[in-house]
Amino acid sequence: MIEALEARGLKKAFNGVKAADDVSVVIRSGEIVSLIGANGAGKTTFVNMVTGYLKPDSGTILSQGREITGLKPREITRLGVCRSFQIPQVFNDLSLEENLLVAVNVALKGAARSHSPLRNAGNRNARQMADEILVRFKLEDYRHNRANEVSGGTRKLLDVGMATISHPRVLLLDEPTSGVASNEKFAFMDVVMNALADEEVAVMFIEHDMDIVRRYAHRVIVFHEGRVLADGATEDALNQDDVKRYVTGSAA
Amino acid sequence: MLSLQRNVALGALALTIALAVLGAFVPEWILYTCALVLAKGLVVLGLCLLLRMNLVSFGQGLYYCAGAYICGLVSQMGISDAFFLTFLAALGSAVVGLILGLFLSGYRSVFFAMFNLALSMILYGVLLKSISLGGSDGVGVAAPTYLGYAPDGEMRLYVFFVFALAVAGASSVFAFLYTKSEMGLASASVKDCEIRLEYLGLSVRYLIIFNFVIASTLAGIGGALVAMVSGHIIPELAYWTTSGEFVFITVLSGPNGILSAFGATAVFETIRLVAGQNMPNSWQMLLGSFLLLSILFMPNGISGLFRRAKAPKPDAVGEGINND
Repeated sequence: MIEALEARGLKKAFNGVKAADDVSVVIRSGEIVSLIGANGAGKTTFVNMVTGYLKPDSGTILSQGREITGLKPREITRLGVCRSFQIPQVFNDLSLEENLLVAVNVALKGAARSHSPLRNAGNRNARQMADEILVRFKLEDYRHNRANEVSGGTRKLLDVGMATISHPRVLLLDEPTSGVASNEKFAFMDVVMNALADEEVAVMFIEHDMDIVRRYAHRVIVFHEGRVLADGATEDALNQDDVKRYVTGSAA
Repeated sequence: MLSLQRNVALGALALTIALAVLGAFVPEWILYTCALVLAKGLVVLGLCLLLRMNLVSFGQGLYYCAGAYICGLVSQMGISDAFFLTFLAALGSAVVGLILGLFLSGYRSVFFAMFNLALSMILYGVLLKSISLGGSDGVGVAAPTYLGYAPDGEMRLYVFFVFALAVAGASSVFAFLYTKSEMGLASASVKDCEIRLEYLGLSVRYLIIFNFVIASTLAGIGGALVAMVSGHIIPELAYWTTSGEFVFITVLSGPNGILSAFGATAVFETIRLVAGQNMPNSWQMLLGSFLLLSILFMPNGISGLFRRAKAPKPDAVGEGINND
């Protein structure tokens, strides 16, 4: 079986500090996996290696059986591994609709050289696709607002929406609920998960809020000091003693 | 989409014809100034495209000068067709823009601005010292012909004005459609977030080079027009004050307009003309004060005045996803 994402023996050190120490992980299509761990445990380093922002010192990464180790972010993105960011990376000066149109045109046309210098970016086909994402992520009301005029939660939804347009096979969400008001976190995750429900995608999200993890993740991968401390079905993993001791802090 | 293209092209055509008719009734010095405004406006139009990406070139004189010299030197060989010379200047400056763009696209902000400045000053120095290219005296440019038609006497300037109008009109239509296009929208988002573009799968470097080549092509076309209307080219076309003038006008125009690029150039040339005549020793001071006031009161330039009037009110700002 070809896995959506497979990492084998990833190692990465920063000035001697091991941010990833022999990390091996397999994610299958349709799974919703949460990465947890204390700050500095290596979660973001892992996501950054998978998406090409960092090159691992050793080890290999495969997506759908294809090696993606050391490729550029845009090459990895085109192979179906997309991400959102802890701090939303959106185009603040453009409206939400225009933000999505940029992403839609990439999904339709691919690389920059295939973009037309004359064809309207808001052509009917592109606009339809952008509309669909606006509706799915409940952003219709803000379509004409510039991204710097909307709330943090709305910007986060936009960020995830932009990462979803090209129908990725693997979607990595870096702390999707950070910066979202605590009483809105569940509503926020409901919107995201409902929007992704029909996609054939493996979702991996970094999360610190265990209520969110319990509610949305099928499986949990626990990082500790650059290593995978536990990997299993959500409740099983969270109930392991060393996970309680080092990560969730609810020592038995 | 097709109707947008058609409407813009028709609008530009109507405006061009109207101005061409109007041009037949104005004195020669106004016609000359207008031709100059069209030439320089094209350079400014290119700078506006770069400014949309938050890139400012303090050396756009380089491509302006390259276009002018290509036009002038080829006209010395006995080829005087305005269409051909303009095409050649556009092609030449596009190639220069592509080569330098490959290097410059790795830089941003002040480094990008200053490298452009440095390169333009190198061209200035080379031209100044090249006796075969006329040295500091420059080179004369033969009177242009138009597909075999050689106007003479009073008609010469008017026909050139109409030609320059047509070139500027066509370039403006292209620039307008470009800013609305797939490529144009992606380019406009570079200034906000390069990381997102890379993670969508776009090469920011490619976008910068693409826009840089368009800007240098427009500057080269402007240079060719200026060579033909003035009948003479000199190394000062690449001098830093020439480039500075273009940046000055671009700030006045603001990044988001097409007509505003030409409007700002017209304002600039008018102030210089009027101030130069009435206060010959302190006209720079007036120009400086004018720029100061325009930055204070219209930070987004002339184009910003029109944009602000259309912008939606911010009272529709969302508080969060639950707030519906």
